[in-house]
Amino acid sequence: MRDVAIVAFAQTRHTGTDTGLSEHELIHPVISEVKERTGLRRFGFTCSGSCDYLAGAPFSFVSALDALAAWPPISESHVEMDGAWALYEAWVRLQHGDLDSALVYGFGKSSLGDLRTIMTLQLDPYYLAPLGLDQLSYAALQAAAVGAERQELDEIVRRSRADGRGNPYAFDLPDPSDEEFAVQPLRRTDVPPITDGAAAIVLAAGDLAGRLHANPAWIRGIAHRTEPHYLGMRDLARSASAADAGRAAGVGKGPVEVAELHAQFPHEEIILRQALDLGGETVINPSGGPLAANPVMAAGLIRIGEAARRIHDGTAGRTVAHAASGPCLQQNLVTVLEA
Amino acid sequence: MPSDPLVAQHVLEFPGGYTRTTGPVIGRFLTELRARRIVGVRTVEGRVLVPPLEYDPATGEPVTGEYVEVGPAGTITTFAWVAEPLDAHPLDTPFAWALIRLDGADTDLLHAVAADNPKALAAGTRVWPVWRDRPTGHITDLSHFAPEVTKIVSSVRAEYRLQAGGALRVFLEGVERGVLLGSRCEQCEKVYVPLRLACPECGNTLPDTLELPDTGTITTFAINNLPDPRAPQVPFVSAYILLDGADIPMIALIGDVPAHEVRQGMRVKAVWVPESERTASMANIRWFAPTGEPDVELA
Ligand SMILES: [Zn+2]
Repeated sequence: MRDVAIVAFAQTRHTGTDTGLSEHELIHPVISEVKERTGLRRFGFTCSGSCDYLAGAPFSFVSALDALAAWPPISESHVEMDGAWALYEAWVRLQHGDLDSALVYGFGKSSLGDLRTIMTLQLDPYYLAPLGLDQLSYAALQAAAVGAERQELDEIVRRSRADGRGNPYAFDLPDPSDEEFAVQPLRRTDVPPITDGAAAIVLAAGDLAGRLHANPAWIRGIAHRTEPHYLGMRDLARSASAADAGRAAGVGKGPVEVAELHAQFPHEEIILRQALDLGGETVINPSGGPLAANPVMAAGLIRIGEAARRIHDGTAGRTVAHAASGPCLQQNLVTVLEA
Repeated sequence: MPSDPLVAQHVLEFPGGYTRTTGPVIGRFLTELRARRIVGVRTVEGRVLVPPLEYDPATGEPVTGEYVEVGPAGTITTFAWVAEPLDAHPLDTPFAWALIRLDGADTDLLHAVAADNPKALAAGTRVWPVWRDRPTGHITDLSHFAPEVTKIVSSVRAEYRLQAGGALRVFLEGVERGVLLGSRCEQCEKVYVPLRLACPECGNTLPDTLELPDTGTITTFAINNLPDPRAPQVPFVSAYILLDGADIPMIALIGDVPAHEVRQGMRVKAVWVPESERTASMANIRWFAPTGEPDVELA
């Protein structure tokens, strides 16, 4: 396997409402930032993650290419998923050995429509979408299956929000005090904030990584696994696919100092901690995680960027990043980073 | 800012709906739904997937061609309560989403469950399907599920015509005059009120008719918290009152006193309606009210 590292990460200062920026205007600053950091103007490969249903327009990711220098033609791809999966594709592409750098980005504006309704469109069109099963409802079904104590859930929200206040890119959100249910057993404070935002990461292989960053965050393991889409065919209280991906990525091969988890709801953090076998010595989501800022389609990539940032700045030697996609943590991608 | 010319509404919609082919497996399930049957498909390993999928999610193996009727009842494994339904939801009143293990299935069907409140549901609650009037071969042919019938409410009402003859008639005629009539048994030396024709102890005929005073002593009482058209208010007190000179207490309402001040041994007196309103009925006595005399030590 070829050594590939994260050498630059940038994210927007996320917003809770639409600022009117078009998608390429949203991503242009973060792409400019990683170009500036690395000094690279062109990349061997470019891959993005987004979801056209968020904008309600087909091929919206194509118009977002205006934020790149796409002429003369570049080698480019896209995943209709979180940017974390774009990073996986770029990592695989770099394993071919003929290219040394890749630009990865993810973006989404979830403020344009009703996210609960939009996420229904990702469900299977025969059995689930026609029922109008919405995002908060299926998350609440999973929360009910986990059956965690309210105190533990509140503590996760409180910790995430406090950490978010220390993160200039995330939101300043109140501590849980609201007793109102969104969909029982989920309280309104268990629901991640509607967020518009983008993030970009530069991958570099081999010697190039060392030339572009003093402390490259080396990808020592990366794997993703999936479970059945239909919720009734899974044990919702657990994530077998996150556990498999974590084993395949080698999470347990050393101590994990920091884990950035794509847990949009507090019960998801409980499931993931168990699946990845993270103990009390691991700091979870020091960025605040998705409960402090949740730009859909970038939030998973940001977890990888935040986990890399701890290595870039020398505060950690070994970190884990997790990204999720699909209803109720259906798909899980786990990345192990080392200094 | 609806008046802002730079803000536009944008709708994504497929007018008339988006046509999809179902394939044989999902198509079979939907066809069976149209006939109000729920089927699962058997995997090579023998498990029954409901709703059917083309492949066993555990192994990736194609499923067999064997379809198995399941349910129609099932058991809730997990549910979430929606207090504020969205437009697209199957029910427009608060309801639950639930994973339902239909009888005979090895996986859970996800559907809506109607219930009055979340406390009416639990893991383990048995539910049955409620079908749409005209099934068309769609998952929404199952309108929703509802908890199994475990109790019913049946209405009971019958009308009767009662007539007071015998001793009751004589007693009520006394009440109309403002007098309480009792009778004494010579053999048992007991005075009964209301008036009766035979002694309940020895069976003797009771010849003596006595006029009893409308004062007495509370021997025991009950505080009632359910409204009653005859009662002064809620809570009200009904009590056994031993009329002076009687040996058997008579039941009556207590009034003109807070319920918590009523006590055994309390002296009371009948409160009669005005003479002009009197009839041959116990309604002549509104209730018994405390006289203010010292309490009586009960034997
Ligand atoms: Zn240009």
